[in-house]
Amino acid sequence: MALDKIEKLIEKYFEGETSIAEEKELRDYFLSSNVAQHLEQYKTVFGYFSQAKQEQFKVNIPLLPNSRDKKQKRVVWLSIAATVTVLLGAGILTYQSYITPETENLGVVNDPEVAFRETKKALDMISEHVNTGITGMGYLNEYQQSKNKIFKK
Amino acid sequence: MNQKEFMQLVTPFKDKLFRTAKRLLVSTEEAEDATQEVLVKLWNKNESLSGYNSVEALAMTMTKNYCLDQLKSKRASNLTIVHNNFVSNEASLQQKIEDSDTWKWVEQIINDLPEQQKLIVQFRDIEEMEFEEIGKILDMNETAIRVALSRARKTIREKMIKTHHYGIG
Repeated sequence: MALDKIEKLIEKYFEGETSIAEEKELRDYFLSSNVAQHLEQYKTVFGYFSQAKQEQFKVNIPLLPNSRDKKQKRVVWLSIAATVTVLLGAGILTYQSYITPETENLGVVNDPEVAFRETKKALDMISEHVNTGITGMGYLNEYQQSKNKIFKK
Repeated sequence: MNQKEFMQLVTPFKDKLFRTAKRLLVSTEEAEDATQEVLVKLWNKNESLSGYNSVEALAMTMTKNYCLDQLKSKRASNLTIVHNNFVSNEASLQQKIEDSDTWKWVEQIINDLPEQQKLIVQFRDIEEMEFEEIGKILDMNETAIRVALSRARKTIREKMIKTHHYGIG
């Protein structure tokens, strides 16, 4: 290639005006074996540029985080599904046990007189039991009396 | 998008991300970490990726921002970057040794450039990207990029000439 053309290109190159194609021309010239003596100094620069482009990234890329995310999502959905099933099961069971007593026939009393007697009997039974509970409490009065003896007003 | 599709999408430009990260962070290990970080972030964005018209430009921007953040936090905690892995590990021929030796000089010079110029040289001279693409990633207009690029190239030339003349290259 004509030397004066190369010199012009170099000038343009240092002004930052060369295109990619022109820079490639320069590079090819300086990488060839017949570089003019007074241009030798640029040889290293262009040599370095093309050598620097050879360097490669050889390390493995750990792409795990994302797949782990997916797994975590799956676990979350699974646990939600499990919870729903358990709750549904428990709900159905309790609902059934609530319903069954209602269906049992406890009998209906039609005569008001009889109904009154029956109710009174039931209430008497309750109060009787309550009273037996209260007689046990009678001892507590002793405390009250002795307290009053000591702390007289 | 599954992992395989993602890898297919990412493979064409992951080396580019790595080289850009290395340009800024200098250390290979740190650049590897940064690239991994960016790719994982990209993977987590997975669903929204189709919304971007260029995943590559997005990834480049993410890498740039991530590395600049790294540098900022490093400077704040007052640590200096150790320039310890410049040596090309396969240089058996005499010529290769000489070359890599002088290449190291170029690398060193680029490392001394301001971050923005470093990125522009990386994108333009090494990755051979168009100004438009670079502009999108760096959020700059074309003229500003050209000016910075010219400045960077001239700095490199100046320093190379110096080492050339002193013969310490």
